Amino acid sequence: MNAQRTPKKKTPKAERDHVLHLLKNMIRIRRLEEACAELYSAMKIRGFLHLYDGQEAVAVGVMEALTAEDAVVATYREHGHALIRGISAGSILAEMFGKQEGCSRGRGGSMHLFDAKTRFYGGNAIVGGGLPIAVGLALADQMQQRPRVTGCFFGEGAVAEGEFHESMNLASLWKLPVLFVCENNLYAMGTALKLSESVTDLVRKASSYDVAAASVDGMDVLAVEAAAQKAAAAVRSGKGPHFLECRTYRFRAHSMFDPELYRDKAEVEDWKKRCPIEAFSKTLKTEGLLTDKDRQKIEGEAAKEIKEAVAFAEACTWEPVEDLTRFVTSERRSE
Amino acid sequence: MAKLNMVQALNLALRQEMEKDDSVIVLGEDVGVDGGVFRVTDGLIDRFGEGRVVDTPLAESGIAGMSIGMAIYGLRPVAEIQFSGFAYHCFHQIESHAARLRLRTQGAVTVPMVLRAPYGGGVRALEHHSESREAYWAHMPGVKMVIPSGPRNARALMVSAIRDPDPVIFYEAKALYRAFREEVPDEEETLPIGESQIVREGTDLTMIAYGAMIRPVLEAADELEKKKGVQTEVIDLLTVSPLDDRLFTESVKKTGRAVIVHEAPRSFGPGAEIVSRLVEKSFYHLEAPIARVTGFDMVIPLFAREKAYIPSAGRIFRAAVQALETEP
Ligand SMILES: Cc1ncc(C[n+]2csc(CCOP(=O)(O)OP(=O)(O)O)c2C)c(N)n1
Ligand SMILES: [Mg+2]
Repeated sequence: MNAQRTPKKKTPKAERDHVLHLLKNMIRIRRLEEACAELYSAMKIRGFLHLYDGQEAVAVGVMEALTAEDAVVATYREHGHALIRGISAGSILAEMFGKQEGCSRGRGGSMHLFDAKTRFYGGNAIVGGGLPIAVGLALADQMQQRPRVTGCFFGEGAVAEGEFHESMNLASLWKLPVLFVCENNLYAMGTALKLSESVTDLVRKASSYDVAAASVDGMDVLAVEAAAQKAAAAVRSGKGPHFLECRTYRFRAHSMFDPELYRDKAEVEDWKKRCPIEAFSKTLKTEGLLTDKDRQKIEGEAAKEIKEAVAFAEACTWEPVEDLTRFVTSERRSE
Repeated sequence: MAKLNMVQALNLALRQEMEKDDSVIVLGEDVGVDGGVFRVTDGLIDRFGEGRVVDTPLAESGIAGMSIGMAIYGLRPVAEIQFSGFAYHCFHQIESHAARLRLRTQGAVTVPMVLRAPYGGGVRALEHHSESREAYWAHMPGVKMVIPSGPRNARALMVSAIRDPDPVIFYEAKALYRAFREEVPDEEETLPIGESQIVREGTDLTMIAYGAMIRPVLEAADELEKKKGVQTEVIDLLTVSPLDDRLFTESVKKTGRAVIVHEAPRSFGPGAEIVSRLVEKSFYHLEAPIARVTGFDMVIPLFAREKAYIPSAGRIFRAAVQALETEP
């Protein structure tokens, strides 16, 4: 999590530190997701697992624009958002293992990472389910006069749900401080955007609610960061909600059960050429901001972080069965 | 006659009904090109085309509502919701409209639709993907709530559900989808909705269950016979609502002891209604308190603790022994 906003002008050293920090965050997510895939195959993680490979620039870029006071609402593809928001890889993995040291006490799993401390109000298994909640957080901020932003991430699939439309209208009507971040990766499970939207231009769609809207290359972390900074600043200054479409692509299958009948291998390969990590590394190298040694250092640190996180999760414990019915409501008498 | 698992058996039912009746339409998220998350609708789009196998956007409220409209105009929509945990979006359309139109119009407008959804745990998934909330629908006058327990009755009940003149909520146990195969006849087979079945005869104890719980119940019944020489009668409800209480109330008049099993949460669950029927109709024959073996009053836990939540043969066995050891 990044508490301070990007200063207007940076020294060359600060500039270099900043871009390396962005690169490192994307690499941390990628390595975390790789570990998840492996642990899934090893049956340490069960259920459904939705990985973020290819979309890292979105979470990393947008989080730069949010402060510790702001709130984040995400989806079931939220491991990366949680990590960058400041939830430790260890407690994320422990959660996926179903262990009680996990950030949701081992009760939420991969799709329901929560952490009140970092104002991470959840992964959410229900497509579109987070949008009205984000609007409610923002409404409370407005009512209690706190200059905060609620960053609300969702996939383009959610745009077809009724909750999207209610949320856009409400946020716009009452000028609520929500930054809607739509991660348009072109597919909702097996359904291509053009098969699910009458208007595939999502900016036009958001604009129809009189929400300020923009589209950005979601494979370019600097572009995402700049767009998010601009949008968040406007939201924070009381101008009402913003909608940011990040055009991106998921490299892996929808979840661990997906025959991928709906897209060509060639299309996936084309997008992989625009990998947010490799493309950014290349640019940085060309500009002399990244050396092979820097990359090695970043990789080493990320590998260490994830390795320690896996070891931590392994060593964690399962909740006693007798405790399962705790926290259902504030007070519960036993049967 | 072929040996089919439940996915294949349901696919057969849909395929044959679509062959027979042009008004049968399948719709839902990824039911066409992808053939459904669990592949129940596999191949239907190739056989019947996009006109009758409709891939919809993510819009569960719309899927339910559109099905109502189509049904009013004489089509027979079979809508798939990918997991029963996403059917809460449909709740409004079903509760406020599908369930009430017959009553509201005194039968002039009816809603012959089927809402299919995989339900229940046992596949080590997480919440919204493992839950068992059939009581919501069973509590709703005007809809029927059907839950098969194996390939053969799943096929027969699906055919009946499609032909039924009322809205049918059809829950398919994920844990059973590929759990075992049964002979399923090619020729048409139906089962009446609203009728339970005796799946094991006995004289000492009655067990009442449905869906994925039939298997652990039968396992417990076998153990009881082996270890205690007890003869257990097992009733498979097949339809949760309208509840057919004839067989189980008669059975308990004979055995005097009952164990009810469901994986749905305990309080206000289907078991509560079954107990009420027993108290109303078999009260003077009861020789022990009626036992319920159920899920807990909570969201189903993650995989590591799922086993503790879902009634197992062992838990059912222990409840049965307790019911048997109680002196009247
Ligand atoms: C209300 C609801 N309906 C259906 C699903 C099943 N489902 C899970 S993810 C998904 C696709 C969502 O696509 P999108 O919003 O574009 O996000 P992405 O997976 O691309 O990140 C679907 C249909 C769900 N989780 N919630
Ligand atoms: Mg998508």
